[in-house]
Amino acid sequence: MPAPRPLTLIAELSYRCPLRCPYCSNPLEIGAAAYRDELATEDWSRAFRQAAELGVLQLALTGGEPMLRRDLPQLCAAARDAGLYSSLITAGTLFDEARAAELKRAGLDHVQISIQSPDPADNDRIAGNRSFEKKIAAAKLAKRLDFPLTINCVLHRQNLDRIDQILQLALELGAQRLELANTQYYGWAVPNQAALMPTRAQLEYGEAAVQRFRERVGPALDVLWVLPDYYEDLPKPCMGGWARTALVVAPNGDVFPCQAASTIPGLTFDNVRAHPLEWIWNESEAFTRFRGTDWMQEPCRTCPLGRQEQDFGGCRCQAMRLTGDAAATDPVCRFSPEHHRVLKAREAAPDGEFVYRTMRPIADGVR
Amino acid sequence: MTRPRLVTGARLHFDAVRSEHVLLVPEGIVRLNPTAVAVLELCDGERDMDAIVGALSERYAGADVSDDVRGMVDAMRDKGLVVDAGA
Repeated sequence: MPAPRPLTLIAELSYRCPLRCPYCSNPLEIGAAAYRDELATEDWSRAFRQAAELGVLQLALTGGEPMLRRDLPQLCAAARDAGLYSSLITAGTLFDEARAAELKRAGLDHVQISIQSPDPADNDRIAGNRSFEKKIAAAKLAKRLDFPLTINCVLHRQNLDRIDQILQLALELGAQRLELANTQYYGWAVPNQAALMPTRAQLEYGEAAVQRFRERVGPALDVLWVLPDYYEDLPKPCMGGWARTALVVAPNGDVFPCQAASTIPGLTFDNVRAHPLEWIWNESEAFTRFRGTDWMQEPCRTCPLGRQEQDFGGCRCQAMRLTGDAAATDPVCRFSPEHHRVLKAREAAPDGEFVYRTMRPIADGVR
Repeated sequence: MTRPRLVTGARLHFDAVRSEHVLLVPEGIVRLNPTAVAVLELCDGERDMDAIVGALSERYAGADVSDDVRGMVDAMRDKGLVVDAGA
């Protein structure tokens, strides 16, 4: 069977970032020399063209903080030339009038700005950086320049109780979309899991608040609620299935099926400097390893619900982290013999202290 | 709905790899059949519904397309893909 065609390219332009969010999806090794060797403008432009030829339609320009790339306008223009719809995923602190207007002229399609909390002091505490006022100014500027605006907020135990204020803030800012992304436990969220894990009551309140808001506001503001998968008992179709709809390019050009795939030992990840994207997508070991369903073990292989093509066995990185075997059933699944590990992880730690994201070597024992 | 237009940031695009028309929206892709493309191309925020229906009726040899077109625009509005420029 031929490989499916991807729809989305996630371009992690740089792991540098002024914020220090404790749930950042970047790898813990962001300070490593390999990731400081960032791709040149022409490498990215070539990757965008190759992605479009492969079938990609949507491009996420993300990081770290993508605004730290001085060639961002050229990259937006290259995306437009390739026929891609481009989204800037930014913390907003560097999104000033002159640079934003330049991105608009270059053809950037959409701006997504993160907030950490609707409360200024709490936002700045979670981000590890004074940033709230700049984010609000950036959101207003995006609207003034007629960009479609998405507000993104990663949800966890320390901000879920403010869900009604988050919804109201997105409405007041004139956002077209609000992404409420319940924390997924990859990257920096792993050492912070106990500080971030919400209670069931918080999630139930949050989901009901979103439902009430949708009924009140209608389609003018599309609210996306990313499921908190540790409270599910069937796994999510992570990334829409391994190497099925999306690919991630790291700042140094390494290509991954998802942001966390570098945590799976024994896989070789190829680089856009050395290989065409088409070969990496169709032929490379990392992309073919868990594509489709042939790699599945029990209980996935004979899934009693026949969900192999619906959830693709869940998340490979989560299976790796919780069971030590990347080919195991995602332990979120109630049929997994390791499901008790997910139940145990729901128990929150009492202190809630964060390990902040840093590019310096991290202390021993964090992992 | 008086003068429909595509929501801010939505862009009609021909996907040459899959040979189909799509509407690209922030982090989303909506596949379109030929009729939907014809309707959306006319949703420019200038024409009112009567003008859109008239233009399409002409294209389809005078057929009465009013209900179909209005139904399609309303469905697009409910999905947040089309908004009213006259509102």
